[in-house]
Amino acid sequence: MSLFGPRRRDALKNVYAERDAFLRRAGVAVVFCLGCVILLVARLSDLQIVEHEHYLTRADENRMRVTPVAPVRGLIYDRNGTLLAQNQPAFVLEVTPEQVGNSAAMDQLLQRLSHIVTLTDADITRFKDRVRKSPRYRGVPLRSNLTMEEVARYEVDRYEFPGVDINAGLTRNYPLGATASHLVGYVGGISEEELRAANESQFLGLTQIGKSGVEKSEEDLLRGEPGAKIIEANAYGRPLRELDYRRGYPGRNLYLSIDTKVQEVAEEAMGDYEGAVVAIDPRNGEVIAMVSKPGFDPQQFITGMDTATYSALLKDPSRPLFDRALQGLYPPGSTIKPAMALAGLEFGVVTPKDTFYCGGAMSLPGSSRKYHCWKRSGHGLVNMADGIKESCDIYFYNLAIALGIDRMYEAMTGFGFGHKTGIDLPLEKAGLYPSREWKRRYRHENWYPGETLNVGIGQGYTLVTPLQLAQMTARIAMRGTGFRPHVLHATEDPITRKITEVQPEPLPKIDLKDESNWDTVITAMERVTQEVHGTGYSIGRNSPYPIAAKTGSAQVASLRPDEPRKTQDQLPLKLRDHALFIAFAPADDPKIAVAVIAEHGGHGGSVAGPIARQVMDQYLLGYVLYGNEKNPEHTSHVTPAEVPGLKAPTDASSAGAEEDDDR
Amino acid sequence: MIAEILQSAGRRASHKPEPGFSDWLESWHIDIWLLILLLTVATVGMFIQYSASGHSIDGVISQAQRIALGMVVMAAIAQAPPAMYRTVAPWLYGFTLLLLIATLVLGDAAKGAQRWLDLGVIRFQPSELMKLAMPTTVAAFLHTRRLPPRFGTIVLTLAIIGVPAALIAKQPDLGTALLIVAAGGFALFLGGLRWRWIVGALALIGAAAPVLWTHLQDYQRQRILTLLDPESDPLGAGYHITQSMIAIGSGGVFGKGWLHGTQAKLEFLPEAHTDFIFAVYSEEMGFIGVMVLLVLYLAIVGRCLYIAARAQDTFQRLLAGSLGMTFFIYVFINIGMVIGLLPVVGVPLPLVSYGGTSAVSLLACFGMLMSVHTHRKLLAN
Repeated sequence: MSLFGPRRRDALKNVYAERDAFLRRAGVAVVFCLGCVILLVARLSDLQIVEHEHYLTRADENRMRVTPVAPVRGLIYDRNGTLLAQNQPAFVLEVTPEQVGNSAAMDQLLQRLSHIVTLTDADITRFKDRVRKSPRYRGVPLRSNLTMEEVARYEVDRYEFPGVDINAGLTRNYPLGATASHLVGYVGGISEEELRAANESQFLGLTQIGKSGVEKSEEDLLRGEPGAKIIEANAYGRPLRELDYRRGYPGRNLYLSIDTKVQEVAEEAMGDYEGAVVAIDPRNGEVIAMVSKPGFDPQQFITGMDTATYSALLKDPSRPLFDRALQGLYPPGSTIKPAMALAGLEFGVVTPKDTFYCGGAMSLPGSSRKYHCWKRSGHGLVNMADGIKESCDIYFYNLAIALGIDRMYEAMTGFGFGHKTGIDLPLEKAGLYPSREWKRRYRHENWYPGETLNVGIGQGYTLVTPLQLAQMTARIAMRGTGFRPHVLHATEDPITRKITEVQPEPLPKIDLKDESNWDTVITAMERVTQEVHGTGYSIGRNSPYPIAAKTGSAQVASLRPDEPRKTQDQLPLKLRDHALFIAFAPADDPKIAVAVIAEHGGHGGSVAGPIARQVMDQYLLGYVLYGNEKNPEHTSHVTPAEVPGLKAPTDASSAGAEEDDDR
Repeated sequence: MIAEILQSAGRRASHKPEPGFSDWLESWHIDIWLLILLLTVATVGMFIQYSASGHSIDGVISQAQRIALGMVVMAAIAQAPPAMYRTVAPWLYGFTLLLLIATLVLGDAAKGAQRWLDLGVIRFQPSELMKLAMPTTVAAFLHTRRLPPRFGTIVLTLAIIGVPAALIAKQPDLGTALLIVAAGGFALFLGGLRWRWIVGALALIGAAAPVLWTHLQDYQRQRILTLLDPESDPLGAGYHITQSMIAIGSGGVFGKGWLHGTQAKLEFLPEAHTDFIFAVYSEEMGFIGVMVLLVLYLAIVGRCLYIAARAQDTFQRLLAGSLGMTFFIYVFINIGMVIGLLPVVGVPLPLVSYGGTSAVSLLACFGMLMSVHTHRKLLAN
């Protein structure tokens, strides 16, 4: 049957020889097998013994994913422990597409969800975009900042929504709203640019970064250190279990030097005026209050606002986001006269007793241009103390001529003008104090003598920030001793509760050849508020503590010299002078130095002065006495400054200041 | 030296066996040693199967059913005397060849290759049948010829090997084609093919390699290139081999422990429960476990060669030797590819990989081996 039937010549087979041949060949085959096995063993021992560590590392790299855990941001308090910025639980609605099903099921789910939570078209568009970009097993946020009511509605019906979850996270919250909004600042989403500038490892797991104010300047302290979870994930990235947890460290809590009460009094006292108030403790440079009006509600940035609201905020002509205290540049006007007087004494160009004659106007030799005093009728013979007290422009024109711009530049930059104070807040402006060199370089012109006169009374090119004015005031109060202004009072370790105080940074002392010159000027500043003809007399009246002050008004619209001066009330609001006021108190033992600028306030003494007085009252007395003298209970009711022309005219009680039109 | 040991084994007079369980089994034509070794490897395979398939007991059960079916087939085949295979061999060969042609024409394309033939009741790969038919047919053919084979015999044998191998390679299933060629080739080699022919053939293959290269499929060429530098394309063709090497290397000397391998469980290792199951085993059992498995496989091969050495005629010797060596090639190609020593060809790890017809056809081969061993007539030496 066999197909391979034996052929005749093959029939003579030697079966023994064939068997022996087979066995020899089988021996060769065994050798072949062993050779192959040696190859395999060699390779396996290379992989499993020699290179074991390498492959073990690679296997771990395959499966381990590091998931950052965001640290809790530090809290911000004022000096008394009032909360300025905190973290609040926020509820986020998340949907896991894998558990929902196909896109039809998803649409149906969204439709049903919209009955229990508010869903805008923007929410849904953003959600669908995110769903496309992320793995289907991962929860995708649909709505953030759910209200408690929405959370409750969801909880009732949650069994109807498989794949839908509510996750609690933390968001920033500013309990005082607009109070100190510029100072505290706010947080927002980290931009690409910010991430590039920073060390990315410090922002792992974080989505927010300080955008302005202390939130921005102390970002590194507030942020803390991210922790990490090491997750085992499969080849498709699906997390399976937690392998390890590395603790992070929460951000430090900050105690600011500001006093919320004083801050609130200042903000209320500003009323509807735009402008700024800066109050510094001259003994250590701590900022007690820093107001920029109008303010804004930082909470808007946290909850998010629609484009229209945001662009309205940006386009608002009163620029609420702009921090006038640090960035607003104003001509200082007469508020620099005390510093000018000190310069005159220091350089020996005048003595306190030297007088100049004020006839209401003067002109430079060889020029017909008239330089007016604010008081058209003139002050007559004026010495230094009268010049400061009554703010005589003619006195300071003559002083400026005697000093010359170079010595003025030297003296005034010594008080900090033209340089940033170096405060621990972002975006501070340096301002400008002009010099011959500045004018040559930037204006390509020589310095004209007439400009010296304008600069001498704080006009012309001079531009200062309210902070710089407060700093100058503090340095006069401390007779040359100075500290760098700062808002950070102390920091606290959130776990050990150990508080580290910020040490004040002393600045080089302004040394005068004759220390008694300080007394001369400070006494003159006290007389501003204590004598009937003082431009700030109404401020010092009834004050239980002595106040050294100087009023100022900064010209906004330049008037032709021959143009008849109108009183401020007759001008349209936007052309009225800025009202300025600097003061420190108690004059004999200074604890607070204040600078106030009320834009278009007109009168320094009557508009800016009361604001400064209320701030000082609150800080020194613990309540606002000014304007409440008849109220025996001394409630902390604040008299807001009223904008003339916008509101009802000022009542008779402050009319006394009208006469003391200051300049 | 090894040849001498085998010779002495072959000459040893069969002594009167003591009665016992193994005798009882032998009376049913089952070789106890092969049975124990096969069951051991299959059991190891099922444990590792459980781990590789993500702790799925269903896969293990279905694998166990296949092994059980294979064992039944093995026992059934072992009942037939070897002379019957010699008679059936040419017919089986012809029948399988027809099936192969049918597969190429009507075949069901699974994974881009036509390997399966759907017979309505069962789907199976005719190439698996050829694994039985090829060694039997070549052994039967050479049995009728004077050995060592002369030129005409060699040409005819090469034709018997070449035609089905070409058909299978065309499916394309290079792995099985290689095993078929190995089965026929080893029979020819053990039949005493003269060394000058072997050296000449190797030289010819070396010279023809560039031509062969151009005839390879794109994916086959890619696999060879990948072997030379698996990291060159870690996400594409090199991904399998890179992940496999990571699995094996990370196992180290002692392994990560059963069920503690990460590469397969986390799905980094593709084909973990089929062709690449050796990587899972190596990761969990380590170098020591791998050595144990290799020793088990070598013991099977050794037992096969021992059976061949003691076989009573040329057909049986060649059949048993060829089957044993093919089994070894099976193991070598699979492990070699998984550890990155050989190109990736679809060869499962015998008795361990989760596989359709391959476990059954493999055990059928062992049925023939057992038949060879247990149907010996007591002859005076």
